[in-house]
Amino acid sequence: MKQIVVISGKGGTGKTIFTASLAALAPSKVLVDCDVDAADLHLLLAPRTVERHEFRSGKTAWIDPALCIACGECADACRFDAIAESGDDFEVNPLKCEGCGLCARICPVEVIEMRENLCGEWYLSETAYGPFVHAKLGIAQENSGRLVACVREAAKDIAHTRSLDYVIIDGPPGIGCPVLASLTGTDLAVIVTEPTLSGIHDARRVLGLTRHFRIPAGIVINKWDINPEASRKIEALCDEEGVRFLGRIPFSKQVAASLIKARPYVETAQDGVADAIRSAWNKIDSEPADKDCRSS
Amino acid sequence: MPRVRDAHGEGVDAVVIAVASGKGGTGKTTVAVSLALMLGDVQFIDCDVEEPNAHLFLKPVLTEKTPARVMVPEIIEERCTHCGKCAEVCAFNCIAVIPPNAGLKGGVLVFPNLCHSCGACSLLCPEGAIRESYREIGVVESGQAGAIRFVHGRLDIGEAMSPPLIRQVKGHIDLNRTTIIDAPPGTSCPVINALEGSDYCVLVTEPTPFGLNDLVLAVEVLRVMGIPHGLVINRCDIGDGGVENYARQNGIPVLMRIPFDRTIAELYSRGLNIVEKDGDYAEKFRALFKDIKNHYETDCGHQRKRGHG
Repeated sequence: MKQIVVISGKGGTGKTIFTASLAALAPSKVLVDCDVDAADLHLLLAPRTVERHEFRSGKTAWIDPALCIACGECADACRFDAIAESGDDFEVNPLKCEGCGLCARICPVEVIEMRENLCGEWYLSETAYGPFVHAKLGIAQENSGRLVACVREAAKDIAHTRSLDYVIIDGPPGIGCPVLASLTGTDLAVIVTEPTLSGIHDARRVLGLTRHFRIPAGIVINKWDINPEASRKIEALCDEEGVRFLGRIPFSKQVAASLIKARPYVETAQDGVADAIRSAWNKIDSEPADKDCRSS
Repeated sequence: MPRVRDAHGEGVDAVVIAVASGKGGTGKTTVAVSLALMLGDVQFIDCDVEEPNAHLFLKPVLTEKTPARVMVPEIIEERCTHCGKCAEVCAFNCIAVIPPNAGLKGGVLVFPNLCHSCGACSLLCPEGAIRESYREIGVVESGQAGAIRFVHGRLDIGEAMSPPLIRQVKGHIDLNRTTIIDAPPGTSCPVINALEGSDYCVLVTEPTPFGLNDLVLAVEVLRVMGIPHGLVINRCDIGDGGVENYARQNGIPVLMRIPFDRTIAELYSRGLNIVEKDGDYAEKFRALFKDIKNHYETDCGHQRKRGHG
């Protein structure tokens, strides 16, 4: 079983459209959407949800207004500026509370409760392309990294029990906590980038991350013809960094328009975009991830 | 420095406008940079510390560089009795205490990457054996791009937690000047930290099912935070009518529509901004700012409970 994660650094480079097409192309896989705070993959896979699970993680402080003596010690001790005076009482701002519990421990009258957060939900769904694990982080909730770890664990279990060859992960943008949780322990990171200064800048930072965690990486350039010169620079970067170049996808207005069809792009069109995605998948599938960049 | 002005409606001239999106790659940075270039005398705060990009377009001369540090515990070995209190109070599992055993000295392991800098361990250690030490998670850089004061943060590769760095970047906001905040994508902690204390949020979206799905989430976050907001629909002619319908049904003003234009995409790819090349766009962004101020002042400005607390 191989785990492949699709990431980008910069948002909106085409990760999810690419991942959905892999869903249609890869023969035996479970799909995972790890972009839990702005999940979109379900929009292209027509999932039928068969299991729904609550995701609880972390805690938020709650001050009992009836018993609070308004001494203010909690507010002074809180490093997150999450407790403030509100009329005669002190109140916790749940958006700022990180759930450390210091206030509850030092409250002289012990009227602060640490309440478990319901941070979101995760789902196991069936699709025409195979099982699909996805999630929805609650509004303004934290712990997206833990939710990512949770859906990945569920997907791995499914891959084992159903003897699937691939876990294909749609990752979040950025390089922070949910990205780290999406990346650790994978066999290949496919970086979807675009030939723009921002795309290259962000791809370099993501490559720094894959190197840091010793994950083999490959690069796909999306909308390569928007700036052919920058695309050549990205290809040169692949050589420099010992990263697999997986191909370039041309720009097409059809791609955005196709989203309404709510299906993987390769199933909706026979054009240069679909061909390029197919060829990238063939490269990913034909070279065992284990043997190449792992050592570099 | 206070993060939010305290006076009622004072300094309305100097609004804090955040540009956010939910979905990535919809044109946040383009809109934020265009606004800043049009206004000239503003401060630009790039809060996308994981992938900061605005400097590629504004090309500031960065003159100040401050390491961004977070507090982490440091164990004073000679005072430590290995009682285990620190490990017990740490909600983030970043301290493990190994008690002395069979003549072997005990030890305390600290995993600084997991630390949220809450201070519980140092404050509650009965022996006073934990000192607050610091570690770097990135840098805050600032400088000038013409009349624009520019600040951004860069999170070190491999660091998980961007919120403390975002808060440090925002510590540089001078509330007497109009501020443009470029927020990171998504809807979770980094976005909330970036938006906190803003007077108004411009949500940049695209009229596709992805754009709509993530827009709805972003709007819910803004409602929870009590920040008034309006939309800029980018590439408004490439998708479907879902975003427009949603805006209409929810009474969210559409402040601007930008049609797809390959020239904008090509300029963007080279680090250039459309307002520098096209006078019409310059005018449109000036109008956008006026619209934002009108919405802020008339609809929401005076009734809104300031988002601090």
